Amino acid sequence: MSVRHALLALLSEGPKYGLQLRQEFVARTGEVWPLNVGQVYTTLQRLERDGLVESDGEEDGPQKGFRITAEGEAELAEWLRTPPDLSSPPRDEQSHRRYLVQLMQEWTRLKEYSAQRDLGFGLAVDAELFRLEAVVRWLDAAEGRIKRASEEPVDDQAVPLPKTPRKAVVRR
Amino acid sequence: MSVLEMRSVSMVYGEGPAEVHALRDVSLGVEEGELIAVMGPSGSGKSTLLTIAGTLEEPTNGEVLVAGTAVAGMSRDDRARLRRRSIGYVFQDFNLLAGLTAAENVSLPLELDGVPVRSAREQGLHALEELGLRDREGNFPDELSGGERQRVAIARAVVGQRKLLLADEPSGALDSANGEAVMRLIRAACQRGVAGVVVTHDAQLASWADRVLFLRDGRVVDQTSPAAGPESLLAPNP
Repeated sequence: MSVRHALLALLSEGPKYGLQLRQEFVARTGEVWPLNVGQVYTTLQRLERDGLVESDGEEDGPQKGFRITAEGEAELAEWLRTPPDLSSPPRDEQSHRRYLVQLMQEWTRLKEYSAQRDLGFGLAVDAELFRLEAVVRWLDAAEGRIKRASEEPVDDQAVPLPKTPRKAVVRR
Repeated sequence: MSVLEMRSVSMVYGEGPAEVHALRDVSLGVEEGELIAVMGPSGSGKSTLLTIAGTLEEPTNGEVLVAGTAVAGMSRDDRARLRRRSIGYVFQDFNLLAGLTAAENVSLPLELDGVPVRSAREQGLHALEELGLRDREGNFPDELSGGERQRVAIARAVVGQRKLLLADEPSGALDSANGEAVMRLIRAACQRGVAGVVVTHDAQLASWADRVLFLRDGRVVDQTSPAAGPESLLAPNP
């Protein structure tokens, strides 16, 4: 899924503001897909240029609203109808991981130059690095789990059904 | 010129049904002053990549060039000399010799290469000094902390005129503060003109590199673009 199609899908529910789009995007992706507001506005500008959304003509900023056009609806429907290409390895986790590691490289660069002089800043950068690392590790773990699952198909017969737990005896 | 260049390198272990493709068509170049990280899970081919880059093993297919010279054409002796003179290794478990002091560990590769003892010792002390270990020169490895041992290992890996620094999970056994110190030192060595390759599964380690390559099942499946620079973090954020 691209940010472009995600925003079109959110706008298909009705007109929205840029900030609102970012909030809804983050809320619906479980906050594991960070998106800054700059990316939202850049994507909206491109969508507007391509005639897929229109704005209400307000100045750029939080008050500017966007709505999907008929062309945008058609593009979204087309995307929804197109099955993902399963022949090539899934790119989404990969580009997500790359994006996260690039962010980590930038934070590390900041830390390299400033953290030894400014303790508070170093601590803040560490917090951000550990947060991003956690998401990368989660992606790695998920990838490993999916890979193992596909290599060792579960034999239904071999898996014992969970027994109904015995009722706990409550002593009074 | 690339200090290390791998062209379409593949490595297959075993034959027939037991065949394992450890690397598949891997190409990469590392320039002087550049630090790259290769990130991947266990079994993705990271260590194989490092052994081949270090000329310890020959690839099944493809070419490896160190400082512009093809490794395949070299005699055994030339290859051993290249390893002693131009390539430094840093391992997860330090691999220091227990019976030698910090200074002796660092100057050993030079002495093995025929550098006179006095000059080898001077260069060794200089390398220790750069890593902030001058006062530990006479200590044996078991008298040093884990972080200090790894700094000695880095000094040994960059002593003399080494061009290529290869590191396998260099901070794997250290806590995060010492791990960071190790990466700062590796990065500083690269900024002095060494080309570095770090293989790791750790994203925090990898993020010290200029470029990160992602390895899966022996293949480079993705890589980060050259760092955009910290300014990009300052994009307007509500």
